[in-house]
Amino acid sequence: MFSAEYLQELDKITAKYEQKRAALLPVLHYVQHKEGLISQDAEQNIAEYLEISVVHVHEVVSFYHLFHQTKKGQYHFSVCQTTACALRGGEQIIEHLKERLGITPGQTTPDGKFSLSVVECLGACEIAPVMQGNKEYIGCLNKKKIDEIIDKNK
Amino acid sequence: MEKVVSRHFDQENSHSFINYLKDNGYRAARKALTQMTPASVIDEVKKSNLRGLGGAGFPTGVKWSFIPQASPKPKYLVVNGDEGEPGTFKDKYILQQDPHALIEGIIITCYAIGSHKAYVYVRGEYEKPLQALLTAVEEAYKAGFLGQAVMGSEFDIDVVVHQGAGAYICGEETALLESLEGKKGFPRLKPPFPAVVGLFGCPTVINNVETIACVAPIINKGAEWFAKLGCEKNGGNRLFCVSGHVHKPGVYELPNGTTLRAIIYEHAGGVLNGNKLKAVIPGGISAPILTPDQIDVKMDFDSLKAIGTMAGSGGIIVMDETTDMVWAAMIAARFYANESCGQCSPCREGSGWAYRNIKRIYEGTARPYDLKNLAGIVNNIGGNTICPFGDALTMCVGSYISKFRSEFENKIKERVCPI
Repeated sequence: MFSAEYLQELDKITAKYEQKRAALLPVLHYVQHKEGLISQDAEQNIAEYLEISVVHVHEVVSFYHLFHQTKKGQYHFSVCQTTACALRGGEQIIEHLKERLGITPGQTTPDGKFSLSVVECLGACEIAPVMQGNKEYIGCLNKKKIDEIIDKNK
Repeated sequence: MEKVVSRHFDQENSHSFINYLKDNGYRAARKALTQMTPASVIDEVKKSNLRGLGGAGFPTGVKWSFIPQASPKPKYLVVNGDEGEPGTFKDKYILQQDPHALIEGIIITCYAIGSHKAYVYVRGEYEKPLQALLTAVEEAYKAGFLGQAVMGSEFDIDVVVHQGAGAYICGEETALLESLEGKKGFPRLKPPFPAVVGLFGCPTVINNVETIACVAPIINKGAEWFAKLGCEKNGGNRLFCVSGHVHKPGVYELPNGTTLRAIIYEHAGGVLNGNKLKAVIPGGISAPILTPDQIDVKMDFDSLKAIGTMAGSGGIIVMDETTDMVWAAMIAARFYANESCGQCSPCREGSGWAYRNIKRIYEGTARPYDLKNLAGIVNNIGGNTICPFGDALTMCVGSYISKFRSEFENKIKERVCPI
């Protein structure tokens, strides 16, 4: 079960909603923020806490792109592949990252430092090509910028 | 030209409470709560010709009037900030640069529809806009603009900010309701419409962030003023998001009815490198693509509909003469394949088939009948699904095929794979 301190935080979140179970998304965000992923144990605990079935928690975790059940690298690249970014050279950015990191989208480097995702439109087409480095938006990408980010986070 | 929704964007600390208060902030909310009846607020918004700026363009005041006031159930306002339509990035600016404009709009809307609770659904990736809104909500509570007996009236309003988790489909209003109830975002069958059976089974109004941000200015300056800013039946300005092959990509607030040509060439600085225009998406990726001979169209819901496309979410994506349209269609189809929620089989299966089919054509491994097949797949998704996502796929991908058919045919002729 969750610790008492944890439960206190979760109670604050669920209090805002008409039904406890409606708070599943914010609860998952909180757990992922604290633990870096949603583990199977966490799914079980969340289900007990919200009084819903484990399978319901799992189907929600697997439906939404932002929840993940494996640990990401310390620095996680989420690079946009949709139209506006692709028109401004997004594909070359993705290719360059694959080459520099030696991994394909969905993978993490063996040292755990970097991971790469290719995502759909991030809502920042004015600074295309764009990505999220962990949660930070970084736009007007070019190979030099990518190299600098990799060197800084090595 | 008078700016409305973006009037504070360029100011230093535009997001701050003090900055908002300086410019007659919350005066419209006070006016509505103390001098107007809910019915007169709805009337004013109807007369302003404000339309839903998330993409559907439904008249906002009319939508509000669908709420059954006699219902004993609680009523909800849900603000859709799950901005995900490719090419669209305007709501992010409102949330981040002027969150109090949204909150003031929420107060007035809640009063108009008799709701004591509003949810704002912000897309999961928008961390900074989310934090800006959370801070603003806290400030509004402290000032007595939210909470119990708002602004000394007898009206209570609570606002909950809800963070999405990265699913495009949750921008569809009924999928958004499901998501707010803690479920995966599967759209609901309509009817019943959310105005009658919405969030937690209660009457619910769902409006886009930009739509709600227009409400306070309408109450402040009047419906007539707002209606006159735009064109016939399309009141006010719009935040147009311009991206792709232009010199100055960005958000431009311009009157409804501005021509697409003016937006591209006068405001966004024209096509990159002086290249020729080849195609342009006028209202987010789901809007059928236009060719250069069509860009004198007026950018409003009715004019765009009349030429077979849509104003959608205001996302304009420009493509120059160097763009391979089969490649562009493949990227669009991939988007739909990745974001289909999987509830209806025509969309779940068809989106993947369409993507793989176009990919074969693009990569030169197509079979001679692939283009005919593709049209068959694409045309059998729209109209056969619960939500408009399937229709969007049909309209979007279908428009690439019909308008740039020779490019598809040439690819097949040139590089067709021996069977």
